[in-house]
Amino acid sequence: MSKLIYLDNAATTSVRPEVFEAMKPYYLENYSNPSSVYSFAGEAKKAMEDARKVIADSLGAAATEIYFTGGGSESDNWVLKGVAEAYRAKGKHIITSKIEHHAILHTCEYLEKHGYEITYLDVDENGLVTPEEVEKAIRPDTILISIMFANNEIGTIEPIAEIGKVAHEHGVLFHTDAVQAYAHVPINVQEMNIDMLSASGHKFHGPKGIGFLYMSNKVKIGPLIHGGSQERSRRAGTHNVPGIVGMAKAAWLAHAKMDETIAKETALRDHLIGRLEKEIPYCRLNGDRVKRLPNNVNFCFRFIEGESLLILLDQNGICASSGSACTSGSLDPSHVLLAIGLPHEIAHGSLRLTLSEDNTMEEMDFVADQAKKIVERLRSMSPLYDDFVKQQKKQ
Amino acid sequence: MNRTVVGLSGFFEGTKGEGFIRAGQSLDVTNLFIPSECVCVKFDFTDRMPVVRNCRFWKGMVIDMTGNKNKTVVVGMSGGVDSSVAAYLLKEQGYHVIGATMQIWQQEDRCSIEKEGGCCGWSAVEDARRVAHMLDIPYYVMNFRDEFQEKVIDYFVEEYRRGRTPNPCIACNRYVKWESLLHRSMEIGADYIATGHYARIVQCANGRYAIAPSVTAQKDQSYALYNLTQHQLAHTLMPVGDYTKPQVREIAAKIGLEVANKPDSQEICFVPDQDYAGFIERETGQKELPGNFVTVDGRILGPHKGISHYTVGQRKGLNLAMGHPVFVTKIRPETREVVIGEAEDVFTDRLTADHINYMAADHFEEGQKVTAKIRYSHAGAKCVIERCGAEEITVRFLEQVRAVTPGQAVVFYEDGVVLGGGTIC
Repeated sequence: MSKLIYLDNAATTSVRPEVFEAMKPYYLENYSNPSSVYSFAGEAKKAMEDARKVIADSLGAAATEIYFTGGGSESDNWVLKGVAEAYRAKGKHIITSKIEHHAILHTCEYLEKHGYEITYLDVDENGLVTPEEVEKAIRPDTILISIMFANNEIGTIEPIAEIGKVAHEHGVLFHTDAVQAYAHVPINVQEMNIDMLSASGHKFHGPKGIGFLYMSNKVKIGPLIHGGSQERSRRAGTHNVPGIVGMAKAAWLAHAKMDETIAKETALRDHLIGRLEKEIPYCRLNGDRVKRLPNNVNFCFRFIEGESLLILLDQNGICASSGSACTSGSLDPSHVLLAIGLPHEIAHGSLRLTLSEDNTMEEMDFVADQAKKIVERLRSMSPLYDDFVKQQKKQ
Repeated sequence: MNRTVVGLSGFFEGTKGEGFIRAGQSLDVTNLFIPSECVCVKFDFTDRMPVVRNCRFWKGMVIDMTGNKNKTVVVGMSGGVDSSVAAYLLKEQGYHVIGATMQIWQQEDRCSIEKEGGCCGWSAVEDARRVAHMLDIPYYVMNFRDEFQEKVIDYFVEEYRRGRTPNPCIACNRYVKWESLLHRSMEIGADYIATGHYARIVQCANGRYAIAPSVTAQKDQSYALYNLTQHQLAHTLMPVGDYTKPQVREIAAKIGLEVANKPDSQEICFVPDQDYAGFIERETGQKELPGNFVTVDGRILGPHKGISHYTVGQRKGLNLAMGHPVFVTKIRPETREVVIGEAEDVFTDRLTADHINYMAADHFEEGQKVTAKIRYSHAGAKCVIERCGAEEITVRFLEQVRAVTPGQAVVFYEDGVVLGGGTIC
C-alpha cells in the first residue's frame, strides 16, 4: 500500500497548518475566558470578535448575526427547536425535504412527537427540491422552511435563492443547512433570502467541535443551551476561543482563493467522473451533473455491495465512504438515494468520493484504476451479476 | 503418500510424540503410532492449522508449517473473550487476520440486545474495535440487517404463527453468520472466516467436513451448527474449540485483553425481555387471536392467549385448574387449538424431520443407530433410523423422549461428530 489517498472530505477535512498555527496562541498564551473582566481577557475577546466579523463578511451578514455553536448539528437543532417554540402561536407546521442530513430529519421526528407537523418534500431524480413544490406546501400555520444548501451525499446544490424568495413572499422564515456548502461555494444571505444558516468548522479545513449559526436580526428565538450569557444570552457555555479563531482563519483562507479551488476541484471531479462512467459498465452518477458541489463524486455500481467496495478500497489505501459517516461505520441504504428513486438493492452499492484541493490527477487515475478492478472482482463473485449476464445472453 | 499440514504454529498432539510446533518448523510423523479407534482428521491436510486430534495419520506425512502467511481470515468479533482469543490465536498462527462485527439489530434504539450479552450490539462494536486495535488487525463493521430480518426474524415470526417453536440461532448461524459473512469475507479477499465457537471442525475419513463438540462438553455449541454446508465448513476455522473456557480466559489474561466478562447470551438476542408473543405482535402489527385449550379427545377446557404463547411440553403459565399438572402436547394452528394432556402424553418414541442437512454422513441408512439431540439442552438419546426418504427422516428412540417440539432441530451424532440433522415436523 502506498500513501493514503483521502477522499472523504464531506465527512471531515484536514486542519490547515496556518489554521493550527492561528489557534495555538489561544491555547498556550492567551488562554483567558473572553467573558472575564481583567484586561488579560481582552486579547481573546478581540480575537473572537475579529473572527465573528470575518465570518459575517463572508456571508454578507452583520457580525451581530453570527452565533458560535458546537457545530452543524447543534445549529440545526437550535433552529428547529427554537423556531418551533418561539413561533408556535403562529403555527406548528414546518417544511423540509426528504434528503436533509439526520441532524434535521431526526430533530423533525422529535418535533413530530411533540405535536408539530412536518412536510418532507420529495426531490427529483437528481435530488433537486423545486421552489414550486415548496410554495405548494406552505400553509397559514407554516412557521419554518428548512432546505439544505447542498446535499452531503450526492452533492446536489439546491435553488436556495429561489426557495428563500418563495418563503419571504409568504412571510415564512427560511433556514438552510449549509454545512457542506459554506466556504466551498459563494453564499450571500441577503441575495439568497436566507434567514438562518448552519455551518461547521471541520468541513472546510477548520477544527472540529466548532460551528456557527447565522441568524438574521429579525429572527427572535430563545437559546437551545441555557446557562451563562455568552453570545448575547442566546448560547451559553464558555467560548471555544481557539476553535472560533481556527474556524475563522479557515473560512478566510477558503474565501480568499475560492475561485481557484473550485476550478481545481471541478477539474479533478470531472476527470474522475468521466473515467468511472466510461470504464465501468452498469454504473450511475448520483446527483445533478451541473448543480453540484465541486468536490463531490457519487456513484452506484449495480450488482455489488457498497460495503465490500469500501473495504477493498481501504485495503488499497483509499479512504472513501458510502453516504453519511454519522453511524457506527456500517451501512444502510441511504435515505438520500432512496429519495432520488433508486431501488433498495442499488442504493446498497453506492460510493461517495469527496475531494479537496490537496488531491491530484494522479490520485484520481489511481482511484479510477482501483475502482474498476474492484468492481470487476466483486461482480465476478456476485450471483446477481451472474444471473444478469445469463439473462443478457438469452436476449 | 505425502500429505502436508500447512500452518505456522500450534499444538500438535498425537498419541505419541505430543509437542508444540513453532513457526516455520516441519514435523515428520512417519513413525507416529496410529490409534486404532481414530475416525477423523481435524483439519484439511492441505491448508488447515495443525491441531491434530483423534486423527488418521498417513505414513510419511509431513507437517509443513509455512503456509498460513498467505491466507486471510475474517474473524467475526463480538468484543467478548472467545472471539477475541480466536483472533489472537489465528494471528499467532500466521494468518492475515481481519476483524469484523456483524451489525444485525434493526433499530438503533433497540439496543437492549447488548445488555443481554448478545454478539452484535453497539457495545459489541466498540469492544471489538478496541480489541482489534490492540491486536493490530484491520477491523470493519459489516451490515447484515436485511439478511437478519429476512432469514431470522421473519422466519421466527412465521414459525410461531404456524404453531411451531423455532430456533433462530440455527438460522442465524447458517444464513447470516455463515452464508452472508463468508460471502462478504471472500469478496474482500479472505480464504476463511473464523468464530469463537466452542466446537471443532473435523474432516472425516470419507472426506466430508463435520462439526465435532468442543473439548469441553459443558460449553458445546455443536447443536446450533448442524446446518452448515460443506462449503461453509471448508472455509471456516474455530480455533477456540480446542480449548476449555478457563484456558481461553487464561490466554485472554496473558495477552492483556481487556474484555469484559460478559454474560454468555443464552436466550434469543432480539427478544431480550423474552416476551415472544409481544415481539411477534409488534413485528406483524397484528393482535394475536385467542383460541381454546382442548383435551386430546376434543373437549374444550377454556380460552388461551394465542398459540404463540405456548410450546410443546409446557406446564407453567397455562392457568388451568385441573387439580394436577397438565402439559401442552400439541399445537393446531389451523384451529388455534392448544391440546392439553397428562405427563405421559408428552413422551414419544418417534419423530420425523425434514430439511435434512448432511454433514459427516452423506446419507443415512435404515436401521442405522445414532445419538440424537432434540433441543439445545438435551443430553442426547439413542435412536434408530427407521425410514429415510428424499425429504424426510423418521427415527425411533430406544427409550421415549420428552417434548419432541415441531420447529426445533434434531441433530444426529456418531462418535461425537455431527452426522447431520433436520427440522422436527
